[in-house]
Amino acid sequence: MKLLEHQAKRQFARVGIAVPAGRLARTPEEAADAARELGRVAVKAQVPIGGRGKAGGIAVVDSPEAARREAARILAMEIRGYPVRSVWCEAGLEIVHELYLGVTLDRERRRLALILSAAGGMEIEEVAATSPERIAKVWPDPFAGPQPFEVRELAFAALAHAPPLAEARGRLAAALVPLAQTLHRLAVDLDAVTCEINPLVLTPEGTLVAADGKLEVDENAEYRHRELAAELALDLEGEDGRTGEDPFEAEAKRRGLTYVHLPGGSIGCIGNGAGLVMNTLDLVQQVGGRPNNFLDIGGGAGAEKVRAALEMVLSDPDVRGVFINIFGGITRGDEVARGVVQARDELGIRVPLVVRMTGTNEEEGRRILAAAGIVPGTSAPEAARKIVELVGGGA
Amino acid sequence: MAILVDRSTRVLVQGITGREGSFHTQQMQAYGTTVVAGVVPGRGGAEALGVPVFDTVTAAVAAAGADTAFTIVPPAFAADAVMEAAAAGLRLGVCVTEGIPVLDMVRAAAFVQRTAMRLVGPNCPGLMTPGEAKIGFIPNHVGRPGRVGVVARSGTLTYEVIQGLSDAGHGETTAVGIGGDPVLGSTFVDILPLFAADPATHAVVLVGEIGGSDEERAAEWIRASGFDKPVVAFISGRTAPPGKRMGHAGAIISGTTGSAQGKIDALASVGAAVAGTIEDVVRLVGERLPGS
Repeated sequence: MKLLEHQAKRQFARVGIAVPAGRLARTPEEAADAARELGRVAVKAQVPIGGRGKAGGIAVVDSPEAARREAARILAMEIRGYPVRSVWCEAGLEIVHELYLGVTLDRERRRLALILSAAGGMEIEEVAATSPERIAKVWPDPFAGPQPFEVRELAFAALAHAPPLAEARGRLAAALVPLAQTLHRLAVDLDAVTCEINPLVLTPEGTLVAADGKLEVDENAEYRHRELAAELALDLEGEDGRTGEDPFEAEAKRRGLTYVHLPGGSIGCIGNGAGLVMNTLDLVQQVGGRPNNFLDIGGGAGAEKVRAALEMVLSDPDVRGVFINIFGGITRGDEVARGVVQARDELGIRVPLVVRMTGTNEEEGRRILAAAGIVPGTSAPEAARKIVELVGGGA
Repeated sequence: MAILVDRSTRVLVQGITGREGSFHTQQMQAYGTTVVAGVVPGRGGAEALGVPVFDTVTAAVAAAGADTAFTIVPPAFAADAVMEAAAAGLRLGVCVTEGIPVLDMVRAAAFVQRTAMRLVGPNCPGLMTPGEAKIGFIPNHVGRPGRVGVVARSGTLTYEVIQGLSDAGHGETTAVGIGGDPVLGSTFVDILPLFAADPATHAVVLVGEIGGSDEERAAEWIRASGFDKPVVAFISGRTAPPGKRMGHAGAIISGTTGSAQGKIDALASVGAAVAGTIEDVVRLVGERLPGS
């Protein structure tokens, strides 16, 4: 769950991290009001993805009229599929230097990494790729959190690459200690896998202000942050009900299915187990087909699950055939087969189905499928070839 | 020979009275695993599936002499259960729970590291030493005692590999499902040295998938340690689009990290045979097993 900029900033402000004055506007009129109140403002599209500036979703304006005009333009935009529902109008800052300060999950270290760079204002991945020496990291103990000495080490390592800041480094390091500790605590409290301030602006007065923020909450922990999730959903959804998410994925989420859409593909893919389904997609592509989706029905493969999965996959009219790949651990092959036949008949499915399954009673299962006109496969690669063949050219 | 689990392993089950916990404990008992106790807070003194139930892991260890925990409790309580098992002095913990908040696991992993317990999982299918014992979900009929070690991130794909190796007559020493979460107790580099030290393991199958860099680190370990047993690798997710979570919480390509091709290249560069299909895995193992 990726929060919008204004949500992230509200979280920052709540824990005492300085943010520029700003107002949320859902209409051009509200943007004009914000500019009247704040003076020169940046009008920023609120979408849960990066690259807004490059897409034209940010404008700096000097008057309420300009704010109204630019807000109207930006509110009509769609940025990489996300309709812009609101703009954040924010007072400008005087900038001495732009830093980066972030907390992010480091899988390899099994900890949150605290990251600081004097090269703020650009994507940290870009800095990592071009000049990794400009990024300093520490991995605080997850129970103790970052200690002052760790933050100082981090600060002196990062500031060593910013000669203009050499003189102020002691004061900056001292200011970064409580800021980094607060940011780390916020990440832990919100179950954030990414919590970053970029840029973190050093002003002429010597204060540090969070000029932009990114906050991503762990999906497994969403149950602990229902209010944030509800707020985000409200912010993303317009009167047309669209959220900017892929509509098929949004529907799958509502139905509680583990589904990823690959728009434009022609072969629906269903299986049990994430690794197995990923491999099913790989096999289809290997023999020249184009998978349309990933759908994992999880352990077991009862008739109900198979039916729900088929219904979901076939809701995309691009799907011209479905490959069902089931490893029958505990589930019996004949049960799976009966489930598939029943689902096909009840849903009135006309596109070709190829079912590959293994497990107890698999031969009986294959007989049931064949008798019902569904192609049974014995090996997964062979079944993949079959479905690609049946769906035909241009697959 | 085997690694981690064998006939002598004494298992306690955290969550033995749950629907899933009870079903899989029965499957484990049917396979021959020695289950000695269950732990369910508030249910101490009861009996489940023929074993005594205790309120705490410490009590279960004291009374029943368990050395291994099988943790199958809901996600909100799982990290705490793992820490309880580690604090009680167990040798091995196997946690199959899917959906644990990742920062819970960050804390649990740090906690476990300060104890003597080795953690496998979470969000994993568990492990099996064919003919001796299993802990977790691996279907009872797939394994067969033999010479190949299996270490894998995914569940069903692991069962397929085991089945294939068994059907071909190679069999397995031990199969370890390490799990599909971003933060795991054990990764490939924790398990490979155990197979290196096990004289009965003559070859290793490594099943990886997109996300993270555990496969790359495995390749680095193979190179640095001079591991000389044949390795056959299989990586799923070549078709996965960047930025999308493919079922497993950890199966996601982020920026330039975690692509299937990067993992395939890394493993191939240290001499692993990289298979395109499960059938290929079995064939490549057959060609590489010494004396076959």
